[in-house]
Amino acid sequence: MKAAPFDYVVADSVEGAVEALADHAGDAALLAGGQTLVPLLALRMAMPGVLIDINRIDGLAGIARSGGATRIGATTRQNTILHDPLVARHVPALARATGFVGHHQTRNRGTIGGSLGLAEPAAEYPATALALGARIEARSPSATREIAIEDYFLGPYTTALDMDEMITAAIFPDWPEDTIHIVHEVARRPGDFALVGLVAAFAVEGGVFTRAGIGWFGMGPTPMKSARAEAALIGQPAATVDLAGIARLAIEDTDPMSDIHADAAYRRTVGARIFERIVGDAIGQRKAA
Amino acid sequence: MSSHAIETIVNGQSISAQVEARHTLADFLRGTAGCTGVHVGCEHGVCGACTVIVDGVAVRSCLMLAVQADGATVATAESLAAPDGTLHRVQQAMKDEYGLQCGFCTPGVVMTLAAITQGRSPDAEEIKDALSGHLCRCTGYQGMLKVAKRLGGEVQA
Ligand code: FES
Ligand code: FES
Repeated sequence: MKAAPFDYVVADSVEGAVEALADHAGDAALLAGGQTLVPLLALRMAMPGVLIDINRIDGLAGIARSGGATRIGATTRQNTILHDPLVARHVPALARATGFVGHHQTRNRGTIGGSLGLAEPAAEYPATALALGARIEARSPSATREIAIEDYFLGPYTTALDMDEMITAAIFPDWPEDTIHIVHEVARRPGDFALVGLVAAFAVEGGVFTRAGIGWFGMGPTPMKSARAEAALIGQPAATVDLAGIARLAIEDTDPMSDIHADAAYRRTVGARIFERIVGDAIGQRKAA
Repeated sequence: MSSHAIETIVNGQSISAQVEARHTLADFLRGTAGCTGVHVGCEHGVCGACTVIVDGVAVRSCLMLAVQADGATVATAESLAAPDGTLHRVQQAMKDEYGLQCGFCTPGVVMTLAAITQGRSPDAEEIKDALSGHLCRCTGYQGMLKVAKRLGGEVQA
């Protein structure tokens, strides 16, 4: 299908973009990579009056280190993230998750800010940000703020961003050097949305879990965090931890839907199994190394 | 509905045109630039038939607005073969290895392969991953995987 008519403006600065958002309150959409928005336009599931293109804003894309964290600019392309040495070194789970995002051709356009702004519950980036405790840097005409990821996802495709606010970067705080990073997803075909997806990070010191981050995608109305399982892991010895028990606890904090692709019970069962197996393998490999 | 003046280089030729905001790059390339080698299968980013090279990388032209290509350099399948008809090495490999049947998905496939093997030699796994961005209803991909093997490791300046 063809998109319904709309106006198009190019923003040449973040200030300009958020002012345009404010001017067209509620009737404008930001155009980043467009790999989800343009299909929604073509299917007429989205019919904004104005598209504000943020691709030409200088300095909005880019990956940099600052203050014990890795800052990724909103319009940084997914394929840039996939091959970036800073991301590989400091945020390996993000690099690995990127390999599951769409396809090579869509990753050449798709951006991290676009994905986090859309907040698709079955997408890789929102769950990765949640598992790793990222912060969302956002700008409105009146203020710049950072939003803690726990406060960011409010519902399906619904975030804490105000109508006149845009994401300028995602900030991923460092985890300890030898953290175990896990990204796994079960999908029917490569590039499809996951039926069940897991992103996790585990810091182990002296054989004991000291920090844990567990995020799920495709497992609820938003990306889901297993806060109780994270807390339960702290202080447990990695060698003898009851992973089946932790997996059950982790799944209790999810809320999967039944749809044409899989029912909720299936997603829960598969989620618990992959958690137990993949986390167990990763810990086993660490012991062997 | 806004309309915009754009200037792009398509297959080495500069084109100035007036485009409606909602016009996709795919429709611009087919309708205005006359590059009907850009195949449009789904019009919403699923099939990969419309893949072209924009500023050096493979993208789905149905997921870019024509107005966004202002100032960009675009290559379509029409640009691959030499003027005397000599096939591009990707086209030759597709032909030799039976990488196509009806040919509908083929222009997209060859543009992806041309993009990722330009100036570097990805391994066969990386090529296979990039091929997963194309739906082919005919071939079962076996021929294309042979193409991937043949192109993998073949360095091109
Ligand atoms: S026509 Fe563009 S991906 Fe199908
Ligand atoms: S050759 Fe017919 S769709 Fe691929």
